[in-house]
Amino acid sequence: MKTLLRKYGVWVAAAILFAVLPAVFTSNFALTLLCKMGVLIIFAIAYNMLLGQGGMLSFGHAIYFGMAGYCSIHLLNGMAEGMPYFPVSLFPLFGALVGLVMGIAIGYVSTRRAGTTFAMISLGFGEMVTAMTLIFVTFFNGEDGIQADRWVGPEPFGITYGPQIEVYYLIAIWCFLAMIAMYAITKTPFGRMSNAVRDNPERAEFVGYNTQRVRWLAFSLSAMFAGAAGSLHAINYEHIGFESVSAIQSGAVLFMVFIGGAGHFLGPIIGTVLLVFLDSTLADYTEAWLLYLGLVFVAIIMFAPGGLAGLIVMHEPMWKTDVRLLRKLFVPYLLALGSSLILLIGAIGIIEMIYFITIIAVGRVDMHLFSIPIKVNEVTPWLVCTALIAVGVQGCRLSYPKVAESWNDAMIAVKARIAG
Amino acid sequence: MSTVLKMADVSKSFGQAEIIRGINLEIEKGERHAIIGPNGAGKSTLFNLISGKYKVTSGTIDFNGQPIHNRRPFEINRLGLARSFQVTNIFPRMSVFENVRCGLLWATGHRYSFWQLVDRQKDVQERTKLILEQLNMSSRADVPAGLLSYADQRALEIGITMAGGGEVLLLDEPTAGMSHSETDYAVNLIRDITAGKTLLIVEHDMGVVFDLADRISVLVYGQIIATDTPEKIRKNAAVQEAYLGTEAH
Ligand SMILES: Nc1ncnc2c1ncn2[C@@H]1O[C@H](COP(=O)(O)OP(=O)(O)O)[C@@H](O)[C@H]1O
Ligand SMILES: [Mg+2]
Repeated sequence: MKTLLRKYGVWVAAAILFAVLPAVFTSNFALTLLCKMGVLIIFAIAYNMLLGQGGMLSFGHAIYFGMAGYCSIHLLNGMAEGMPYFPVSLFPLFGALVGLVMGIAIGYVSTRRAGTTFAMISLGFGEMVTAMTLIFVTFFNGEDGIQADRWVGPEPFGITYGPQIEVYYLIAIWCFLAMIAMYAITKTPFGRMSNAVRDNPERAEFVGYNTQRVRWLAFSLSAMFAGAAGSLHAINYEHIGFESVSAIQSGAVLFMVFIGGAGHFLGPIIGTVLLVFLDSTLADYTEAWLLYLGLVFVAIIMFAPGGLAGLIVMHEPMWKTDVRLLRKLFVPYLLALGSSLILLIGAIGIIEMIYFITIIAVGRVDMHLFSIPIKVNEVTPWLVCTALIAVGVQGCRLSYPKVAESWNDAMIAVKARIAG
Repeated sequence: MSTVLKMADVSKSFGQAEIIRGINLEIEKGERHAIIGPNGAGKSTLFNLISGKYKVTSGTIDFNGQPIHNRRPFEINRLGLARSFQVTNIFPRMSVFENVRCGLLWATGHRYSFWQLVDRQKDVQERTKLILEQLNMSSRADVPAGLLSYADQRALEIGITMAGGGEVLLLDEPTAGMSHSETDYAVNLIRDITAGKTLLIVEHDMGVVFDLADRISVLVYGQIIATDTPEKIRKNAAVQEAYLGTEAH
């Protein structure tokens, strides 16, 4: 019982979480947000099968997501017009099939090479499909996209998918199943060799693996799950538009996975929850939200290439060896965090004021910065923010090397213990 | 005795430079065959040709009667020919256990399976554990391979190579950079794991070579100038002049 709980406890907890979330966050806004998160979590983990597990950077993965969405909308509309009934609850399977077929076809071409070539080909296919949305009007209906009604056909167990809460549970169940499936895949012979091909393709060839085949399979499976997500996306909004196949969606999933961390299974989940939440809340507070997102992205790529999950996992050798090693890191980390925060506050202040005077309210001077009323034509707020930036920069310059140093010291201690 | 590996007139050029120049060599089933020669003679290049990393410029290589000189590395490996690398070539982010396991997944028939959990495959788990015991690395099974000491990484390199159970093993300078005691340990290990198999080994340590090999080939400037038993190689005048020089006492 104990071992069972340890083994499956995380999944049981996740299932309970999925079940009770709508009871905890009861507003319509929260429900919309949760639905969006569920869909994009599937998409992000699928994308990470490619990026994190397989080492393939795609700039066009939304086409499997979006095309499955288009096909699902057409299926809904077809059913409304008398086509044979296909249970709406099983739509993700249909979307998965669409994604899989496309993934097999496009992956055959694009996974022959890894690295930059792969990335460029993915970009090419992405642009191609985006262009098609404007050309093949009957299928894509151009910039307007297509509407559909998810309330069609029979109503098994009284489920109509009229109320959003029913859609939430549809998404939650599929998200849960997809998470388990994708996690399990990382633990299969294929999953392990996908990592091996990512880390050292040459060596993988010399233990009997065709690296192209491994990448192709990873690509196809990833596209399959992306398709399942796209199908749920279509049901959720009862609409599909060209942006769902475009670079906008491809870029969004890339952001989520990179910021959350491609190196860990939890990374895409963290990234998705965080970005979907920030996207819908911060956007109300500041018009410069996309600018901040870009800055965060750059900062993560530069200073924490493993993303948020990577920052945590970096310390795994330490807590596995001796938890006390972590204690020595506490003070340097706190100093670095403090300095970064000061720098951040100063920078946000300047950006917000510039935004205010150049875009939001040309000619006006009264604004609120961090809830403090200020006048942008006075020199004080500018001076304060600049001073904060200066202090922050100096603090970072002093504290970051200390962080690196203390982390290295801890790693040396770990290595010494391993060597025994 | 039958021939497992047969090279006929094998040549390899990189651009203008002809690095391997018409090699004829037959490796007998079950023998331990060492290749020696000065730095830059083309020993590693020869291994790269046999194992499919490079394509031959001309000539043929047969493995158990099948031509393999146009095959890709994974195809040659699947036929039962495994190799190690002179420059350590492991999966640094994976644990020691996983490194070895990667070496035997194909050979145990698990291939591209994405419907079975690898931890539940008894054959895989047990064989991996056995190899770790042979390597004397069981206690470090969970350590990321990149954190191992140099000598341990070299041992792991051998472990990955032997894991698949190939009948022919190509080891490229397995003891390079090891201390005396580490070398001794590695040589015993190599002797153990190649029992009943065919070994082709590049080695610079003459003590190891004369200790381990049934036959020795001397490679100089891309040509084999002699192939013989250790005693005869030791006495061979051409070899002494070209290579062993003052070392041969
Ligand atoms: N890929 C390559 N391209 C060009 N030259 C190479 C390549 N690989 C090896 N060489 C050259 O071939 C020669 C033999 O190298 P190598 O086989 O590594 O020698 P050894 O292993 O006997 O020390 C060297 O001069 C090396 O520079
Ligand atoms: Mg060499």
